[in-house]
Amino acid sequence: MTKLHKKQQLITFEQLPKTPTGITGLDEITGGGLPNGRPTLICGEAGCGKTLMSLEFIVRGATEFNEPGVFMAFEEKADELASNVASLGFDLLKLQDDKKLRLDHVHIDRSEIEETGEYDLEGLFIRLGFAIDSIGAKRVVLDTLENLFSGLSNQTILRAELRRLFAFLKEKGVTAIITGEKGDGSSLTRQGLEEYVSDCVILLDHRVINQISTRRLRVVKYRGTQHGTNEYPFLIDEDGISVLPVTSLSLEKEVSSERISSGIPSLDSMFGGKGFFQGSSILVSGTAGTGKTSIAASFANEVCGNKKRCLYFAFEEAPKQILRNMKSINLDLQKHIDNGLLEFHASRPTLYGIEMHLVAIYKIIKRFKPAAVILDPITNLITVGSVSEVKSMLIRLIDFLQDEQITVMFTALSLNTVVSEQTDEGVSSLVDTWLLVRDIESNGERNRGLYIMKSRGMSHSNQVREFTITDKGLSLVDVYLGPDGVLTGSAREAQKLREKTGVALREFAISRKDKEILRRRMMLESKIASLQAEFESTEEELNKIYLEEELKQNIIERNRQEITDIRRGNADTLKSKSKSKK
Amino acid sequence: MELDEVIKYELRLYVAGKTAKSVTALTNLKKYCEEHLKGQYVIEVIDLLQQPQLAEGDQIFAIPTLVRKVPEPIRKIIGDLSNEEKVLVGLNIIPVSK
Repeated sequence: MTKLHKKQQLITFEQLPKTPTGITGLDEITGGGLPNGRPTLICGEAGCGKTLMSLEFIVRGATEFNEPGVFMAFEEKADELASNVASLGFDLLKLQDDKKLRLDHVHIDRSEIEETGEYDLEGLFIRLGFAIDSIGAKRVVLDTLENLFSGLSNQTILRAELRRLFAFLKEKGVTAIITGEKGDGSSLTRQGLEEYVSDCVILLDHRVINQISTRRLRVVKYRGTQHGTNEYPFLIDEDGISVLPVTSLSLEKEVSSERISSGIPSLDSMFGGKGFFQGSSILVSGTAGTGKTSIAASFANEVCGNKKRCLYFAFEEAPKQILRNMKSINLDLQKHIDNGLLEFHASRPTLYGIEMHLVAIYKIIKRFKPAAVILDPITNLITVGSVSEVKSMLIRLIDFLQDEQITVMFTALSLNTVVSEQTDEGVSSLVDTWLLVRDIESNGERNRGLYIMKSRGMSHSNQVREFTITDKGLSLVDVYLGPDGVLTGSAREAQKLREKTGVALREFAISRKDKEILRRRMMLESKIASLQAEFESTEEELNKIYLEEELKQNIIERNRQEITDIRRGNADTLKSKSKSKK
Repeated sequence: MELDEVIKYELRLYVAGKTAKSVTALTNLKKYCEEHLKGQYVIEVIDLLQQPQLAEGDQIFAIPTLVRKVPEPIRKIIGDLSNEEKVLVGLNIIPVSK
């Protein structure tokens, strides 16, 4: 991969010399600027920004690259031009006094001019040559050369002279821009100027689709170099022209394993207790009123609380409205705004085209350098572009943000409540983390359930949590999963109460059983005791009988002995007999 | 002084060096003026190769260009002035001469 990079760099060095325009983004598309010492054609319809782009080329050259320039205007007068671009901060008259710029207005009025016989445009050449030499100009703009065609009728001469003019410009070694009106059909300019300018042709376009206009730029041709061939949107604002060159989908960006808290501790715990990856993209989708903006706002609050910058693009609510609403859930965003950590940018999506939004976002991010960006909601963008357009815009935005290591949170409104739902914008596959907030409707009330649809590269909870918004802030509660299904809200509370009652009842039942067992035991024990006593008395009885029997036997024996002794008269025998018996 | 009063036409011819077209234009111009405006005109020839800074003032872009400074309004005729009628109409001479 690195080898390839080196090779590409090498090619860049071998390319023809280029003159940087200083126009944001244009130099990236053209790989360094316009061809040095050659004429470039900028063509487009009326009002597409040709004059402004060429003028910015001259002004940037004079102010940033120290290359004086000549602006030859065939349409507007010098002072008109100066006042037109004063709002962009270009002070043409001052530059002219400093000999950095020369404005020359060529006035061609057919009613004042009569043509007879042969002529050439040497006068123009002399004027131009004089202007170039007087300030040592490196850059020249001819705006709009085609006005010659409306003022002069001899086309043969004009065409021959134009060819000579371009040769003259090349000979002078100036980098020139020639502007031309777009012609009918497929021709780039009305008078076919493109056949004279063969080095670089840039087409500007101003399209209105669904009542929303978008300016676009395309490098039609750039001989001897590689260049971006797509249509790039561009924006004209107080800083001049900016073109957005973000289309690289090289997927070679750096990744961070740093984590950034979501601002809701219980949500963080669903992500293994640490929150999102820094520089990742997070999508929060859900139906209306599920608290998407609240999640976004608490994320913003967290980012700013860590002394990092956060940009909040609101497409639906005014900043003041968001501030007020968030105050009700204990989020004070105003203090972050005062600290300069938080910036709101609210605009209706219909303000301009989708690409314009991207350019505007891009510009603001470049300026503000935030750590996190919030877009709330992206769904509204769909009103100004088709799904595929919005998707391609968001791809580029995510790309850009990940390059810059900026965490981005989108909120999106989803319309259906099927679990496998897709967001309208089809970005769910692009984002790294997708939170889904769902309405759970039961028992005549509506509760919010939150779960993580996906979160790349980290372990995350698979559980549905109940998402509660209180005046203390946002938090997640475990939902009750019971035999009756998922219970939330008051049903959950009721179930909890029911459980509590159940426990109490069970405890009572157990203690009653215990007592009964005890009583039973005592009863049985006493029974055992009485039986024992009975047994003993019976045994005694038996023993008594036995003893009496024995006693009787002994007495009988003795008596018999005595009788025998008496009969024999032998006292000794009586003695030994009693001994052996023992 | 008397000459000034009769001068009705101040003409200026812009050329760039002695090119064939410039020479033709000057010859033609002199011829028409002598024919139609004898004694009423002044011709000033400006060579832009020597005085390029003058091109801007009279809005010159083609060579040769004939500029009628007086009488007002300013009229311009570009080319080698080979078409006599066009030149005379352009300079508003024909109605004057009639």
